[in-house]
Amino acid sequence: MSAEKKKELQVAAIENGTVIDHIPPARLFKVASLLGLEKMEGNTITIGNNLYSQKVGNKGMIKISDKFFKEEEINRIALVAPNVVLNVIKDYEVVEKKKVALPDVIKGLVKCNNPKCITNNEPMPTVFEVVDKVNGTIKCHYCERKIKKDDIIIK
Amino acid sequence: MEEIHKKSAGDFFILYLFLNFVYIERNTKSCMKNKSLVSIDQCSKEDILRILDNAGEFEKNPNRRLLEGKVAATLFFEPSTRTRLSFETAVNRLGGRVIGFQDASTTSSSKGETLKDTILMVSNYADLIIMRHYLEGAARYASEVTDIPIINAGDGANQHPSQTMLDLYSIRKTQGKLEDLTITMVGDLKYGRTVHSLIVGMSHFNPTFHFVAPNELRMPDEQKTFCDERGIKYYEHTDFTEDVINETDILYMTRVQRERFTDLEEYERVKNVYILKNEMLENSRDNLKILHPLPRVNEISYDVDDNPKAYYIQQARNGLYAREAIICEVLGINV
Repeated sequence: MSAEKKKELQVAAIENGTVIDHIPPARLFKVASLLGLEKMEGNTITIGNNLYSQKVGNKGMIKISDKFFKEEEINRIALVAPNVVLNVIKDYEVVEKKKVALPDVIKGLVKCNNPKCITNNEPMPTVFEVVDKVNGTIKCHYCERKIKKDDIIIK
Repeated sequence: MEEIHKKSAGDFFILYLFLNFVYIERNTKSCMKNKSLVSIDQCSKEDILRILDNAGEFEKNPNRRLLEGKVAATLFFEPSTRTRLSFETAVNRLGGRVIGFQDASTTSSSKGETLKDTILMVSNYADLIIMRHYLEGAARYASEVTDIPIINAGDGANQHPSQTMLDLYSIRKTQGKLEDLTITMVGDLKYGRTVHSLIVGMSHFNPTFHFVAPNELRMPDEQKTFCDERGIKYYEHTDFTEDVINETDILYMTRVQRERFTDLEEYERVKNVYILKNEMLENSRDNLKILHPLPRVNEISYDVDDNPKAYYIQQARNGLYAREAIICEVLGINV
């Protein structure tokens, strides 16, 4: 076991579940909300913010017991925190490390910032195509407006 | 014997599967994924050429009863007399019947009905919906909620593919080809959806573009990046000069609208700069043709109208043929 791993486990070990690491502190609660943590019942959840990290300075971290996320649940986070790492813990061991990645298509998560877009005037889910994964540019499937990462409004 | 019987049944099944596959293949060849025409960029080069060829057939004979027994709905949530008359004429000349409305204030959408409900209701009656809407993306959404084909007759500032098709038809008809042409676009290149779509439509045919516009209304980066990615040559100008006109095959004029300017002094300064006058055409190429999506206000002087190079009125007539071809395309009718 690497020194880094050992240290992490010493902080607050969970037996089974998910550890979401390297969350930018400013985005921590947005990430928590995107994952729907406030509605999660029965799972022990530990949220830490402004933790010291050698790699990134300050960071946020979320540990959720007995919860394993589906790919599309995880990728929702990519919009607000693209460099987050997910550790899948089984029997106190990190069995898998996942980097979040922007999906090709984002459904129902983002609001189109074109007021004349049909999605803002009709009860319907939004659909965005990710046109530039590096810079995080998305394009509305309906009105074709392109939205840069910094202008993205999460619903 | 039983063995042989089983084998031939299996062969038939394979043949059946194969025929089904061929059928699906044939039907997915067309540009329209769900048979609707929402945006010009869903059309491949082959799709465009096929539709233009068919439009040529309709020019030879516009009156053909290919829509006998069919009903087309023209749903104009935003008024557009020119486009609606052109589409309705196309349906009538094809022998179909038209239902619809030309003003959303008289329909249940003014009572708060969703677009989805309106489209589904009309889908019960019609074989085809031709729609214009003030909201962007409305036609794409409509095409997703119904099984009958949708033709987008303009959705806000977004797409108006039948306009692009008639522009392409006019260009090919007057130049005898679409390849290797120099096209100069003048006026409002920022908000003008017709010029943006024309760039996409022409992108299959190795064009050279000149973009002539005031700084406030110059071609957006998105369209320039589109050209860069495809190796399409373009040049930007703020002055509208004879030098540019003289190396042009197609001069595509658009309206500079006062309401587009944040700085009205800038408008006053440029409003007369992008006006085409007859004397500017003196040394232009013999094959030059002047196009305009219409309506025009003052951007083409009336003395240009009598110049044989003026083509904007005939261009509008080509809209009828292009729309007849588009209607048959989405309905899968062979022309």
